[in-house]
Amino acid sequence: MQFEETLKRIQTHKGVIGTIVVNAEGKTTLDNSTTVQYAGLLHQLTMKARSTVRDIDPQNDLTFLRIRSKKHEIMVAPDKEYLLIVIQNPSE
Amino acid sequence: MPVVHKTGTVKSKQGSNTQSQKAPAAKPAKAASKKKDEEDGTEMGEGDEWMQGKTLIKPLDQLDLTEAELKEEFTRILTANNPHAPQNIVRYSFKERSYKPISSVDQLAVHFVLEGNLLHQDSDEARRQRAKQGLPEEKATVETAVAEKPETPAAGGEDAGDVEEGGGEERADSVESKAGKKEQKITNQFNFSERASQTLNNPLRERGCQTEPPPRANFSATANQWEIYDVYLEVLQKQEKNKEKAKAVPKKDDDKGKKKMMLVETQSDDITKVAKVAKIIERMVNQNTFDDIAQDFKYFEDASDEYREQEGTLLPLWKFQYDKAKRLSVTALCWNESYKDLFAVGLGSYDFTKQGRGMLVFYSLKNSTFPEYIYPTTSGILCLDIHKHLPYLVAVGFYDGCVAVYNLKEETLQPIYKSTAKSGKHTDPVWQVKWQKDDMDNNHNFFSVSSDGRVVSWTLVKNELVFTDIIKLSLAGAVSEGPEGVQLPIMACGTSFDFHKQIDYLFLVGTEEGKIHKCSKAYSSQFLETYNAHNMAVDAVKWNHFHTKVFISCSSDWTVKIWDHTIKTPMFTFDLNASVGDVAWSPYSSTVFAAVTTDGKVHTFDLSINKYEAICQQPVVAKKKTKLTHIEFNPVYPIIIVGDDRGYVTSLKLSPNLRKKPKEKKGQELPKGPEVEIAKMEKLLSLLREPENSNA
Repeated sequence: MQFEETLKRIQTHKGVIGTIVVNAEGKTTLDNSTTVQYAGLLHQLTMKARSTVRDIDPQNDLTFLRIRSKKHEIMVAPDKEYLLIVIQNPSE
Repeated sequence: MPVVHKTGTVKSKQGSNTQSQKAPAAKPAKAASKKKDEEDGTEMGEGDEWMQGKTLIKPLDQLDLTEAELKEEFTRILTANNPHAPQNIVRYSFKERSYKPISSVDQLAVHFVLEGNLLHQDSDEARRQRAKQGLPEEKATVETAVAEKPETPAAGGEDAGDVEEGGGEERADSVESKAGKKEQKITNQFNFSERASQTLNNPLRERGCQTEPPPRANFSATANQWEIYDVYLEVLQKQEKNKEKAKAVPKKDDDKGKKKMMLVETQSDDITKVAKVAKIIERMVNQNTFDDIAQDFKYFEDASDEYREQEGTLLPLWKFQYDKAKRLSVTALCWNESYKDLFAVGLGSYDFTKQGRGMLVFYSLKNSTFPEYIYPTTSGILCLDIHKHLPYLVAVGFYDGCVAVYNLKEETLQPIYKSTAKSGKHTDPVWQVKWQKDDMDNNHNFFSVSSDGRVVSWTLVKNELVFTDIIKLSLAGAVSEGPEGVQLPIMACGTSFDFHKQIDYLFLVGTEEGKIHKCSKAYSSQFLETYNAHNMAVDAVKWNHFHTKVFISCSSDWTVKIWDHTIKTPMFTFDLNASVGDVAWSPYSSTVFAAVTTDGKVHTFDLSINKYEAICQQPVVAKKKTKLTHIEFNPVYPIIIVGDDRGYVTSLKLSPNLRKKPKEKKGQELPKGPEVEIAKMEKLLSLLREPENSNA
């Protein structure tokens, strides 16, 4: 419940272009081609980042990943089963 | 001739080079023999060596040569050229119209030719000859055969022996003829006949059987250091759980209960984990949106403060508001001691006529758009306090006189404790609550003050709130006639209180009449001291964080006063031109404090810089009608939060001028710590006291 509310708030936040929830296998609910592309690519990147962090210190874990590009910023927060991706345009 | 053999080797002695040895051995031997004729002397010399004992015989026609001539060396070169072959044959070339020498001359010298009389068997001549020969041969055989036939009949008449002989002759003849025929055949003396035998090949049969293939599954995984670590951790946790289970005596019901618990836990784990992730994302999104504010909060220091000698400014940072709290005023603010970015806001209403619901809301600086915790209440909140050591316990005082304790860790929106009419709740609004140190039974307890004139201590004992009246504020001298002629003391209305930082039992109470009473927990009816502080209700009373004797009070009579508790008159008085809602000491300096007024301004004072005026007076809210109600300094960061009567909380950053520490003297180390602050204050006070003493 709380999660859904928070998600709604994020979606309506200023500058947020889109949100994607990806499950562990890399599938999303909306099978829009862009969404699927985002999901797959970011899933792999997050796994790699998490692997890196944990290889250095196994007691550590990845909290979130920010990728800032010219056009917008992609924020990824991993979880055991899910992956939450938010694309925001910070300059708006 | 042995010498002939030698000639082969003599060549080397004479220095001759054999270019090629095409010609057969006869030729060089012949060539050498010629040479030999010319120079026999040397040869004979060689011969001498070879054949010892033979005397030297000089032929008659030998040349007589001188020694020098003898020793003269002649070079003989053996070539394959025919010496008799002409070397200068020329031919007329019609092309060039001249005679040209032929470059290559045939060097073949024929010494001997013998014609043979062998014919190839397939050549024409041979066939002709064979043909001639063949006819007489066949005739011969036919003749013999014919001869035999007449012989045999003749022989038939003769003895059997003759027949046998004839037969034998026949056979012999036949053999001969056969042999003749065979001879004609020309057999290969290496007569090869292939002998092969084939056995019976058994017919081949194929037999096969097929089993069902075992089920296959593809498996792939990586083995990293952290995956191994995770597995080990799981195993460890399981072991610990098993140990715990082993220790506890399980009953069947308990087992079932545990199973249910386990399921519920896993579900809630999922939800909470996902909620946590969403929270992180929300904060990140907020950070992006309010990026400049976050940067300001962390790094911005107003550079223009260097030019403004004593004044400072307040930089507005985040603004916190909650939709559902729009019509409520901020009635209480409190920072959390353990989580320095978390603060609590109590919402209610000061207006007597507009009493309705209230709210307890927690905000974090990391997310200014939505509160972290929301607790709606039935009655307006007037005060709150967060426990210093247990950041999840919050004590709240309500307008209807109740007090409640909330536990933030719990999922429910209800308080864990609430006082009721039976359990000694106040009959008037509770204006201030404060947590105390745990009592001797290690129970948490807190104090509350209310307009009904009571200061009550509440103890959290198991599931109940147990109350104890500490003191009753009675108006000195005022006695009213109650029913049945009993004289009832009129109660004063307590509006604020504060406990001494070091001296546990000492506390101050401000009343609606404008008096401040110094009380002790030990004495329940008597005040230690009373100060005639203000003309109107005392809105806030606060002890100084560093100096143990100093406290500050503010009131709706537009004044803020600083006191030394040993002296009955105030040390400093400041008139702020508007009703003062709240005042707070800064946690970093003993001489800095801030006050908020109903005209929307924040006044900041630093007594070590300016004893008479504020060093910063800044309106903070947009609309002029909004009244500021509360102010709190953050214990760590240089920011203050200000609440107003529209439900907004604004955070502001203090500029460097407002945070000045005493200047370092050259060569001396800056002494840090509360002692410095105390000394600073003491110095100020001593300045004030001296003229008073002198006056007195």
